[in-house]
Amino acid sequence: MIRVVLPAHLRVLAHVDGEVELAVAGQVTQRAVLDALEARYPVLCGTIRDYDSGRRRAFLRFFACEQDLSHEPPDEPLPEAVAAGAEPYLIVGAMAGG
Amino acid sequence: MSGVRVLVGTRKGAFVLSSDGKREQWDVSGPHFGGWEIYHVKGSPANPDRLFASQSNGWFGQLIQRSDDGGRTWEPVGNKFSYDGDPGTHQWYDGTPHPWEFARVWHLEPSLDDPDTVYAGVEDAGLFRSADGGQTWQELPGLRGHDSGPSWQPGAGGMCLHTIILDPGEPGRMFAAISAAGAFRSDDAGQTWRPVNRGLHSEGIPDEDAEVGHCVHRIAQHPARPEVLYMQKHWDVMRSDDSGESWHEVSGNLPTDFGFPIDVHAHEPDTVYVVPITSDSLHFPPDGKLRVYRSRTGGDDWEALTKGLPQENCYVNVLRDAMAVDSLDSCGIYFGTTGGQVYASADAGDSWEPIVRDLPAVLSVEAQTLP
Repeated sequence: MIRVVLPAHLRVLAHVDGEVELAVAGQVTQRAVLDALEARYPVLCGTIRDYDSGRRRAFLRFFACEQDLSHEPPDEPLPEAVAAGAEPYLIVGAMAGG
Repeated sequence: MSGVRVLVGTRKGAFVLSSDGKREQWDVSGPHFGGWEIYHVKGSPANPDRLFASQSNGWFGQLIQRSDDGGRTWEPVGNKFSYDGDPGTHQWYDGTPHPWEFARVWHLEPSLDDPDTVYAGVEDAGLFRSADGGQTWQELPGLRGHDSGPSWQPGAGGMCLHTIILDPGEPGRMFAAISAAGAFRSDDAGQTWRPVNRGLHSEGIPDEDAEVGHCVHRIAQHPARPEVLYMQKHWDVMRSDDSGESWHEVSGNLPTDFGFPIDVHAHEPDTVYVVPITSDSLHFPPDGKLRVYRSRTGGDDWEALTKGLPQENCYVNVLRDAMAVDSLDSCGIYFGTTGGQVYASADAGDSWEPIVRDLPAVLSVEAQTLP
């Protein structure tokens, strides 16, 4: 199972506590994980990726295994540790005050 | 006994303020959607327990929430706002072309008679409609696609469609207002539109009497006399007696004619309310005194309403969607401030009391009169 950590606002929207666990068929890529996440929680559609372009929203970053994957191609395989469920895939909101 | 529900959108969530018809004791619920910007919450005239809320922030974009029990519980509905076709460009602040980009929903206007139909005014300016209770949204592209669209430019707050009026006197007639393009009218339920800005005069644009380019802040209409419209423009309070075909200034003796909201008494079509703000560079009341101004003559003659409002050291603003009226007898007037106060008057503005003092900055206020 793929482990996904959501930022607080998205956990509230999806009504989840802690990590989300997702089954992803085939190659584990960022696109595949986000597709599975949105299929499980349709309320998250449009909150992580822009509806029309499919691009990551500007104030979000994607991290895993102490790497910033935000600018990696969406169809590149994620690290093996993420695919094996040993490490989570983190969706992180930019820090800001106000 | 009848009652009132005041729907408040703030920078950090929505609040529902409820009272019986006396409007003396208030129940406050919220924050709903804490931490999110709630630009607008409005109830359906056809089913007052059906509410729609615009929820957004810079991180996660736009959601629309719907309640079918008067705001006790909510469920997210559709949030896909895709412009029809290639939206092209409008003018950026410096006059260069800038792609049309969806940012947020500023205003939700439920249908007068169908609880499943609701309109959304968005930034960058466009008009959307849902006929399934907010589950799906389709643009009415005739407005954005008007020939003048590529020349529209944003106001300081963004290029927002902030006012939608569904004319109760003329089926299919709608008004929309955009900062800083101006006022537009449709007579065919939103399919086609034309600018209705004749008589507006704005400094700061190349042609001060241009057909479009005016920073209209708000338009209000009384349902019993729908051909009369009142407008708070960037500067100038304006009136039209012919459904927007022409406008004339009614600022009269106001201490300043800059401001944002404008509204009309529920039972007196000639009684109008504004909140004068010092200037476009000083977004707070003149002299630190928060004063609502009321005209009982449809403009020109204005009286200051101050009883219960702070008359020293007050430097809040009142935003364009943050004033509303109920339809009880006597008419209740409500407005919210960027300082987090929501003031209520149960006597048509003669005196005021704060319902709450310490909310986040108030973006919008709507009032529902309940049976």
